[in-house]
Amino acid sequence: MSELLLNLVRPLGVPWPARGLAARAQAIVRPLIFPALILLVWQGAGSFRLVDPVLLPTPTRVLGALYEMLVSGFLNPHLAISFQRVLLGFAGGVAVAVLVGALTGYSRFWRSIIDPTLHALRTIPGLAWIPMFILWLGIDESSKVVLIAKAAFFPTYLNFMSGIARADRKLIEVGEVYRLRGARLVTRVLLPYSLPFLFVGLRQSMGVAWLVVVAAELMGASSGIGYVLLDGEMTGRAQIVMACMIVFALCGKTTDFILARLAHRVLRWQDTADRE
Amino acid sequence: MIEIHGLVKKFGDFAALGPLGLSFGNERILTVIGASGCGKSTLLRLLAGLETPTRGQITLDGERIDGPHRRISVAFQEPRLMPWLSVAANVELAIWDWPAEARRAAVEAVLRKVSLTAFAQALPKQLSGGMAQRVGLARALVGNPRLLLLDEPFSALDPLTRVRMQDHLLEIVGDDGPNVLLITHDIEEAIVLSDRIVVLDGPPARVRRDLRIDLPRPRGRASAAFQEIKELLLADLLPDRIDAAHTVAA
Ligand SMILES: Nc1ncnc2c1ncn2[C@@H]1O[C@H](COP(=O)(O)OP(=O)(O)OP(=O)(O)O)[C@@H](O)[C@H]1O
Ligand SMILES: [Mg+2]
Repeated sequence: MSELLLNLVRPLGVPWPARGLAARAQAIVRPLIFPALILLVWQGAGSFRLVDPVLLPTPTRVLGALYEMLVSGFLNPHLAISFQRVLLGFAGGVAVAVLVGALTGYSRFWRSIIDPTLHALRTIPGLAWIPMFILWLGIDESSKVVLIAKAAFFPTYLNFMSGIARADRKLIEVGEVYRLRGARLVTRVLLPYSLPFLFVGLRQSMGVAWLVVVAAELMGASSGIGYVLLDGEMTGRAQIVMACMIVFALCGKTTDFILARLAHRVLRWQDTADRE
Repeated sequence: MIEIHGLVKKFGDFAALGPLGLSFGNERILTVIGASGCGKSTLLRLLAGLETPTRGQITLDGERIDGPHRRISVAFQEPRLMPWLSVAANVELAIWDWPAEARRAAVEAVLRKVSLTAFAQALPKQLSGGMAQRVGLARALVGNPRLLLLDEPFSALDPLTRVRMQDHLLEIVGDDGPNVLLITHDIEEAIVLSDRIVVLDGPPARVRRDLRIDLPRPRGRASAAFQEIKELLLADLLPDRIDAAHTVAA
């Protein structure tokens, strides 16, 4: 369809760039068709009163609520505090994950000491920690940040450790021939080698951090997007709840996009067919 | 002098090498040939300090080798470049413990030697196979080693590039370069390059023949003397084939 349109408006005699453009336009448009359809049906169902708009507010209403909250500045402090929790927890969890992962990835001895315990801890459901953290740290910021940090730790730890542990023996031997040992071997060979794995872990950790911030803010908070969402529920304003869901989606997407761009830049050396 | 005394290497119960004795150092290029799996790489890895001997010892100018040594360097069959480092940084890795100024000068000089100055900032993925192998060679040379170990360094290259690289190696090694221990499957390459050829039997690897090559350089492959040595070595490598030389040559 879009190709057809582009073909119609394409000036004669310049076929090739136009064809590339058409392909690109198609690539952008195609994944949008399905959600557009859903939105259309949804809006129609609400507008024609096929469903109760109080329970399922129309897309325009949700967007209106979102716009309202943004323009009035009401959302800003909540957005800021949610971001702060996510970023602090992410940074803390990931920093520890990198240190511990480097150690257990490099040293079989330390892996056998530490790794099984961490895996055992991982089997405890994330939500089950919340009461414990609240008991230990109170209901304020630190318990939330620690909960997020704990969740962000594992994806990065697992990916980074296995990256280090599985580093190419042939490259390690090169390091050995040139007398790189211990920390030097880690920083000059193992760490760069496992950067692609690290970024996979970082992106997963960031995703998990956003998941957990919702849980943490729903459990008891007086600020944050999760709090606004809960407040929307309590006051029966479904459009607020949905607007908050959209905000979470956008936040998660934004941070993931930033990490993806960063990975792309840092991993320029990778000899891969760039299919992203 | 590099001296190897009663060297034995076992992997578990499997005897891969020895007992083997060998001493060299007066010849520029010593080549080791032998059937696949006979233990050539094991010997090289022992010299590189990448494996520890089960018994026996290796000394370099009287100093015992019990691990990677700063005056012994290796170029492997594959270039083994760090894909995240530029060509210059890959070479520099070999001399990471030198002062910065000396590092820069040495890298520049060795890249000139292998004609890769223009690619100093390129990434390994941007290099051809022959260029990457030259970077590997440059990295092995930059620290001014006393002994250079080459494990089939040219075997992955096309025949033309391989001949180029052989010339290159002779040039680089020159008269004041390191002692070279070269492993190859290519008998002609061995004869063209070496001052001495050691034929190994195995496993476990043992010296079957130790041959000085006194042919004048540059060495034409067509000469009668060249062909004679070639047939001799082929008969060593394929002892069960009386007509070995003819079979392979055909
Ligand atoms: N790490 C190891 N563990 C067990 N056996 C090994 C190991 N390394 C080598 N071997 C064995 O030792 C023998 C000699 O191996 P080596 O790699 O030295 O042979 P090679 O002469 O270099 O062969 P090629 O010409 O094919 O490279 C082989 O039989 C091999 O299976
Ligand atoms: Mg080998």
